[in-house]
This record gives sequence, C-alpha cells and structure tokens, in this order.
Amino acid sequence: MSPDRPNPIEVRDLVTHYGDRLILKGVSLDVREGEIMVIMGGSGSGKSTFLNHLLGLLRPTSGVVRLLGKDINAIGPLELFDLRKKMGVAFQGGALFSSMSVGENIMLPLREHTDLDEKTMRIMARLKMEVVELAGFEHLMPAELSGGMIKRAALARAIVMDPRLLFCDEPSAGLDPVVSSSIDQLILRLRDAMGMTIVVVTHELESAFKIADRICVLDKGEIIALGSVDEIRAHPSERVQNLLNRRTEEFTLDADAYLRRLTGEG
Amino acid sequence: MSASPNLLERVGRATARGIAEIGFGASLLGESLFWMVLGRARRQPVRLPAIFDQAMEIGIRALPIVTVLAGTIGVMLAIQGIYSLRPFGAESRVTTGIALSVVREFAPLITGILVAGRSGSALAARLGTMHINQEVDALRVMGINPVRFLVVPALLAMLVMVPALTLWADFVALLGAGLYVSGELSMSLAVYAERCLESLKLNDLTHGLSKSAIFAVLITLVGVVNGASVSGGAEGVGRVTTRSVVHAISAIVVTDMIFVFAVTR
Repeated sequence: MSPDRPNPIEVRDLVTHYGDRLILKGVSLDVREGEIMVIMGGSGSGKSTFLNHLLGLLRPTSGVVRLLGKDINAIGPLELFDLRKKMGVAFQGGALFSSMSVGENIMLPLREHTDLDEKTMRIMARLKMEVVELAGFEHLMPAELSGGMIKRAALARAIVMDPRLLFCDEPSAGLDPVVSSSIDQLILRLRDAMGMTIVVVTHELESAFKIADRICVLDKGEIIALGSVDEIRAHPSERVQNLLNRRTEEFTLDADAYLRRLTGEG
Repeated sequence: MSASPNLLERVGRATARGIAEIGFGASLLGESLFWMVLGRARRQPVRLPAIFDQAMEIGIRALPIVTVLAGTIGVMLAIQGIYSLRPFGAESRVTTGIALSVVREFAPLITGILVAGRSGSALAARLGTMHINQEVDALRVMGINPVRFLVVPALLAMLVMVPALTLWADFVALLGAGLYVSGELSMSLAVYAERCLESLKLNDLTHGLSKSAIFAVLITLVGVVNGASVSGGAEGVGRVTTRSVVHAISAIVVTDMIFVFAVTR
C-alpha cells in the first residue's frame, strides 16, 4: 500500500467514560485497507463501547477516530452524512425495521440516498439478497425470519450501498454452529468479492480465528494483544491465554475492600 | 452518597429530570422545525408517504371513536344545559351554551385526550421498541436523521389531523345536541342550527382549533420524549407507554387552562 494513503480506520488514544466510569483507557488501533479486523474480548471488556465510538454513535472524552481519513468527531454533519453512505453496519440483533418487509429494509438506504427508480432499487436489493443467500424472502416481515436469516438480512442492508467499511457486531452470536459458520463464510466472501475493510466485534473464538486477518484483544478497556491469528494464539500474556482458554481470572482478595462492598460502605 | 436518599434529594432529582425532559422536548421541536424547513437542502427530505401513513393512523382510523364520543358529549351537554336552565325558564337559550362550550372547549379537549390515548401512546411504544432494538442507531449510521425520519412525519400528521378531527367533533357534537334539543324543546333542527351559528363567532372556532394544534404538538413531543428515554426492555416500553398517556393528558388539560386564562379574560 502506498504510504501517503491513510488507513481506512485510525483510532488514536481513545478515552471514554460512561457516566463517571472509565470504559476505554486510551485505545489506539489502525485497520488496514481490505483486511478483516476482529475485535475480541469478554463481556464488559469495552468492545461494544469501542464499536459505538467507531460508528460515531458516542462522543469520546478524548482521542481521535478517523474513518477514511476524516475525524468523525470534528467534521460537520454534511461530511459525516457523506461518510456514513460509505459505511455499512450489521447490528447484533439485526435492527431491521419491524414495520417494513425484508426487501423494504434492504432498499431503505437506496431509497433515502439515491435517486434510482423503483425497479433499479428492487434489482439492487435482490442482488444483495442473492449474495447473502436470502433470495425469495423479500416479502417476509422481520418477525417471520429465523435468527440466522435476520443476521443475513442485516448484512444485506449493510452492504446495499457497496460501502468501503463494514462493521459487524457479533455476527454469529446466538446461532447454531452450522449457521454461524455459514455467516463467517459470507463475511470472507464479502471481503474477497467487494474488497471491503471489515471490522467484526465478537466474543466467539472459533469464528474470530476463522475470519480474522488480524485480531485485537480488548480487556478492561485496553488493548492487551494485537496481531495475526497465529500471533494471538501464541501470545505470551497470561490475560490473553486466559481469554483463549476460557479460564476465569483469579483475583487476589482484598479482605477490607470485600467487607466494604458487602456492607455497602464503599 | 448516603444509602437511603432523603426526601429533599429525591424531590431535587425528580425536578431536575423533569426540567431535562422539558428541555429535550423543546430541542426536539426546534430540530423538527429545522428539518421541515431545511430538510430538502440538507438531503434529508421529509417524505410525503411517511406523513400520509401517520395521518391515516392518527386521523382517519380515529374517526369512528371520535364520532361516537363527540356525539355522546353533545347529547350530554344538551341534557345538562336544559336541566340547568329550566329553573329560569330559559331552556330555549341552551343553544348558546352548547355551541360555545362544544366549539371552544369540549371538542378540542375530547379529541386531544383521545388522540393522546390512541396515537401518543403508540408513538411512545414504537419509538421505545425501536430504541431498544437498536433501530434508531441503525438509522443514524445509515445517515438517516431519526428526528427527520420518525418524528417530523408524526408531528406534521398530528398538526393536520388533530385540528381536522376537532372540526369534525365540533360538527358531530353540535348535531348530537341538536337532535336531542329538537326532540326535547320542539325546536326544529334548522332553527337550532341557525341559533348555533348566531351565537358562534369565527374567533370561537379559531380558539378551539388553535388549542387543538397546540395539543397536537404536546402529544407528539410527550410521546417522543418518553419513547426515546426507554430503558429496561419490554417492561420499560410498557412503562413509558403508560407514562406518555398520563403526561400527555395532563399536559393537555393544564395547557388548555393556561390558554383559556391567557386568551379569554
């Protein structure tokens, strides 16, 4: 890659709070053009918060998030609007609009952001539905879909504008192994066919190892490991290995603090 | 912070929360007006079909129940009016009372309360569900402003349909009262109508309709503020739905009183 071209996603010293609680403690991360970056971590590691900041849904306390070279917290609403047309997001629960059919859901970004005629939009939506193997289901309502189909429909809606950046929040969580692995295949195919830069947030190790070019492990609000699948597997840090081997961390018990917590006088 | 907050602290927190909600409502109104005027220039146009959808739901589907209630209120007012004027032997003057109270007060109030119960709560429930399902986040990351997409169509539909329903309620309530009066006082419907029109001025009609427009804004804002502040899953949606009905009806009644106080004396 040419050095003058910035990475599509650049995060510098991101510090965020939820109320008074410190969530992210200065996270810096670059995602390269055309790679699949998996952000991994357990519950409460801050990975969902991190994603929300990448999407510009939350404002950081300090730090910079640059998408496609633009600082999303500094640019004006019109520039942000243009930027958002170049990114697609598949939310964990799908976030399909329940009052619209699957086809309408997938067409919504086209309808709102383009001047295409109805027929073209339908064809484009059907094309994406073919990609995610949902062809023929466009007239169903989201409530009539299974969990795997909802994730597929959400992916179809995320890619309908052919975005350069794709974000997936827990794409395979809550699905059976077969469906989950087919979603992984789908994500790989999207990157290969469309050259998108993809960020996947997940806590599923198996799927992370399968799709990732690089993995970023978040724990307690900081990046504790960053590297290729093999590097992460062989990582020397105990915290990383605990996470990979599903061991719970052992806490050193502070008797006084424990007593204070119990009596509620903390 | 002590374990059990005292009364003063609770009152303080509730007040601060209330003020914050009013502030949120006001900023929503401002933002809605912004998108109404500048939406197209900012490539966030307010779509006509969305407004029609809402207008259908808020207005047209409410017609049967508005008709029934307005007719009933008209008859009730006629009965009470004749009863209260009988001691003075002035039953035939009842038309003035009916006409003024229907057009200035009862039609806007009953329509407002009805729409608050039907559509204000539905709006809160819809936005609340969308909020917890991340649908609002999905709109934002798609580059679709949620206020423009969800709030403005509802607000415009309310602004058209609530006054329209009120006008219809005026007509039906007066007709209902007229039917009763014509039977009870052997006054023909034509004479009743004539006397009604004699006692009504344009000012009375605009008084009622402007109130109903204010109610429309109140119902929408209360519904949206409550829907947006939902937390705690399905149970939370149920809670904000109830809350939005209670708030909207209270806001309507109090605003009505303030409006009448300011305009009528």
